Amino acid sequence: MNRVVITGLGCVTPIGSTVADFRESLFAGTTGISPITGVPDAPDGNPGVRYTQAAQIFDFDPAQHLESGIATATNRNAQFAIVAARQAAQQAKLLEYHRPGDIAIMMGCACGGRSTEESEVKNLYLRNARAHPLTIVRTMSSSGASNISIDLGITGPTLDISTACASATHAMGLAFHMVRSGMATAAIAGGHEAPLSWGFYRAWDSMRVVSTTRCKPFAADRDGMTLGEGAAMLIFETLESAQARNAPIFAEIVGFGMSADANHITQPQAEGAAMAMRKALDDAGASPDEVGYISAHGTGTQANDATESAAIHQVFGERASKIPISSTKALHGHSIGASGALEALATTLGLQEGRMPQNGDIVNPDPSLDLDVIIGEPRTTGPTLALSNSLAFGGLNAVIALRSWR
Amino acid sequence: MDDTAQRCIAIIAKAKNIPAQDISLDTTFEEINIDSLDKINISFEVEEAFDIAIPDEALGSLKTVGDVVRGVDQLVAAKSVSGSTPPAPATTS
Repeated sequence: MNRVVITGLGCVTPIGSTVADFRESLFAGTTGISPITGVPDAPDGNPGVRYTQAAQIFDFDPAQHLESGIATATNRNAQFAIVAARQAAQQAKLLEYHRPGDIAIMMGCACGGRSTEESEVKNLYLRNARAHPLTIVRTMSSSGASNISIDLGITGPTLDISTACASATHAMGLAFHMVRSGMATAAIAGGHEAPLSWGFYRAWDSMRVVSTTRCKPFAADRDGMTLGEGAAMLIFETLESAQARNAPIFAEIVGFGMSADANHITQPQAEGAAMAMRKALDDAGASPDEVGYISAHGTGTQANDATESAAIHQVFGERASKIPISSTKALHGHSIGASGALEALATTLGLQEGRMPQNGDIVNPDPSLDLDVIIGEPRTTGPTLALSNSLAFGGLNAVIALRSWR
Repeated sequence: MDDTAQRCIAIIAKAKNIPAQDISLDTTFEEINIDSLDKINISFEVEEAFDIAIPDEALGSLKTVGDVVRGVDQLVAAKSVSGSTPPAPATTS
C-alpha cells in the first residue's frame, strides 16, 4: 500500500482566506467569531434569534475569482470550494505531475446551497414566482465537487459526502484510502459550507444548542456552539510521487476510522466516538501511546464535550488527561460539513510547526472532563501523531490520524 | 437608444459585471464572453423584467445584444396583441 502525504493546502475561512492568514490567526488565537450581520431577507439583516455571534466571512467577493457564468451557477459554498481547491492544487503543482484521470476529488458538504434554496422558496411562497433556472445546480450538495472538477479539469473519481458535521472528515478519510490503495495517485480532499441563512439560524435556535455568548469548547461555562462557514482543502498524494518531484510535505496521513452510534439522532454516545478513534489508530498501525495531540470535535455544547471526553478516556485510559487537546472551533466556529477540513488544516499546520493550536482564548477548562486542554499559547509538541475527530448529529463518527513529517 | 435597449443592456451589464457604456446593440456575446450559463441567467432576467417567455428555439439564435432587444420587442408586441403571457419554457434539462 502507498504511504500518503499532504502536499498542498487551501482555505477560505472566517480566520483567513489564504493559508498564510489562517496560520497567523490560528497561532495568534485570533477569533473569526463576530456579531451576526447582514442576513439576507431577515429584517434589518437580523435573524431574530437568541444568540448574537457567528463565524462569518466578510472579505469574499466571487467576482474577483470566478467568471460571471460560474458565479451565477454556484452558491457561496461551492464558490469557497473552487477558490480553496485552486490554492491547494497550485501549491502542490498538482496538475503538473498527476494525470487528471488519476486525481480524486472527495468533498464534504452537508447543507448544499442553503441560501439559494431559501431565497427561491421565499419567492415562490410569497409571489408564486418562477424559480431561477440555475436553482437546481446552485443547490445540489455535489456542486462543489463538480465545480472543482470543471475548474481544474480533473476527471478522476469525484464525490460529495454528506454526513452532517462529519462530512469533510469522511471525505478526507475515503480520499486517503483511495490514494493508499492506488485507486488514485492524488486527491483533493476537504469540505465546504455556507449555510448562514435566516432559516438556518432560526432552525438552530430552536434546537437550543447554539451559545448565547460564543463557542467555548471544554470550558466550565460552555453553553453551546457557534455557527460558521468556510472551506478547506488538502492535497493528498503518494509519498513516492511527492518525493520523486521534491514536493514540500506538510504531514503524513496515516489512518482513518469511522463508526455509527446506532443510538440517538442528537445525543452522542461515547462508545461510537471511541470506536472511530480506535479504528483510526488500528488503520494507522499505531498504538494509543503514540498520540501526542487530539484535535477535538469540541463544539462547546455540554453534551458533545462531555461525551467526547468520555470517549477519549475510554481509548487512552490514564493517558487521556495527559494528551494535549484543543478545539479550533473557538476560532473559526462550526462550519458543519466543512468543519473537519478546517480542523485537519489546523492540525496539519500544527504538525508542520511542531506546536499545536490553543483552545481559543478559553482560560477555565472544565475540571470534570480531566483533559489537558491547551490554554493560552500554542503547545510545543515536537514530532507526533495527531487525531482529528468529527462527531456528527445522528451518531456518525469519523477520525483521521496525521503524523508529523520530518 | 430606446427604453427596451437600455433595460436589456443594463441587465447584461449587471450579469457580466461590466459598465453598460461598454455594450452596444452591435456587441456580440462572444465579445463580452457570454457563456452558456450567462445566457441562461440573462434570458431569465430579461423574461422577468419584461414579463415575457423566450421560446426555446430562440435562445440558440441569440448572438448579439441587438438580437436580444429585437426579440424582446417582438415578444412584448405579441403579448400586447394576445393580452396574455405564454407559459415560460424549461431552460435546463
